[in-house]
Amino acid sequence: MKEFKVTPIRNGTVIDHIDCGMALKVLRIIGMTDGGKVQSPVSVLMHVPSKKEGWKDVVKVEDRELDPKEVDKIALIAPKATINIIRDFNVAEKYSVRMPERVVGKARCSNPNCITNQSEPVEPEFVVESKDPPVLRCVYCDRQLDDIAGNLL
Amino acid sequence: MDIVSIRDLSREQIEQVLERSERMIPYARGEMSSKALDGKILATLFFEPSTRTRMSFESAMMRLGGRITDLGVPSMSSISKGESLADTIRMVEVYSDIIVIRHPREGAARLAARFSSKPVINAGDGAGQHPTQTLLDLFTIKRIKKDFDKLKVVMVGDLKYGRTVHSMAEALSSFGVELTFVAPAALQMPKETVKQVEKAGGKPKLTNRLEETIADADVLYVTRIQKERFPDLAEYQKVAGMYRVDKRLLREAKSDLIVMHPLPRVDEIDPEVDDTQHAKYFEQAFNGVPVRMALLNLVLGGEL
Repeated sequence: MKEFKVTPIRNGTVIDHIDCGMALKVLRIIGMTDGGKVQSPVSVLMHVPSKKEGWKDVVKVEDRELDPKEVDKIALIAPKATINIIRDFNVAEKYSVRMPERVVGKARCSNPNCITNQSEPVEPEFVVESKDPPVLRCVYCDRQLDDIAGNLL
Repeated sequence: MDIVSIRDLSREQIEQVLERSERMIPYARGEMSSKALDGKILATLFFEPSTRTRMSFESAMMRLGGRITDLGVPSMSSISKGESLADTIRMVEVYSDIIVIRHPREGAARLAARFSSKPVINAGDGAGQHPTQTLLDLFTIKRIKKDFDKLKVVMVGDLKYGRTVHSMAEALSSFGVELTFVAPAALQMPKETVKQVEKAGGKPKLTNRLEETIADADVLYVTRIQKERFPDLAEYQKVAGMYRVDKRLLREAKSDLIVMHPLPRVDEIDPEVDDTQHAKYFEQAFNGVPVRMALLNLVLGGEL
């Protein structure tokens, strides 16, 4: 009999093909770190073999489908991730995250002296210079965003 | 049209500005007069002190027959009451036809351009961009050396925080100039800029020894080590005064080497250099007027 490290879920979302080591950051995006927001089990697999290439992380969230805003943020830190919506043990929907051309209002600029970190009525905005690995450049101060995961809003 | 970064201008547009600047020289000197921008108002917003940039913009506007309205000292205006830059810009744009802004925060000019329907020219945003300085530096080199191709340009001083050197290096490399960056490791050119230079086709040399680069240089571009940009005074004191351009150093130089500096200088160029044939920094400061005239005229569509 095949041995499962983590059993299949009945309903919920499987986030697959997360870049190795990024699973914990994905948990932050889906609100795991705000206590009380998550009511159902969440399982995390880190550093498991990937059929596509090398190693990957996987996150399984039960009884919950992600909203598009969360998916957009996952794209910024795990550009190869796929989202599998599970209904009654079957994959009801499957799609890859998509990195947009511009990222608006999803991350703050890592330059503390950037005008967007003052109380100005603008959302931080970045041009995507490379999708994988993700490289974002602030359209205001022209600096490259360091540590995307740590600057997500 | 806004001019926030030198990258907002194509190479053709840069060449057009340089060409027009040449034509502006007799007007900039006051030998000829013009009413090309008669009836136009330039708003100057200087949130940080400036002498040359501010005065040369004002002089440029007046030489073209235009007028100036000034924000005044930020601590004396609504800024001190906590008004956002966005609101200040919305107000200023209805009082003027074009806005020139200097601000201590990076990205301020881009933000201003987004909130203003009138053209915005960046006169320096923190440690960010200062495109009109780059244009006047390019103009100074072109006027004296005629051609950029294969010129050997040595940049020395604060290459990390100095806002003029980054856009200058990028622009020069796209013109086929050979670049050498001289700075102590802590103030060397940022990796990102080196990468941009390489992308533009340059192969910059990096060193911390000025005397080794002087013999075959055509242009020596000196910058001040800016105390105000250092987070740590101890780090500043370690590097301040490391490079000094004096007659002894220039003995090794070619006779037609030109020494440039965006000014103000502190002690990186000895005053004894001022009356040598190498010194071009005061001419460079004057060139701010014709170059800014050309830009104002271009952006506002004046006829000259």
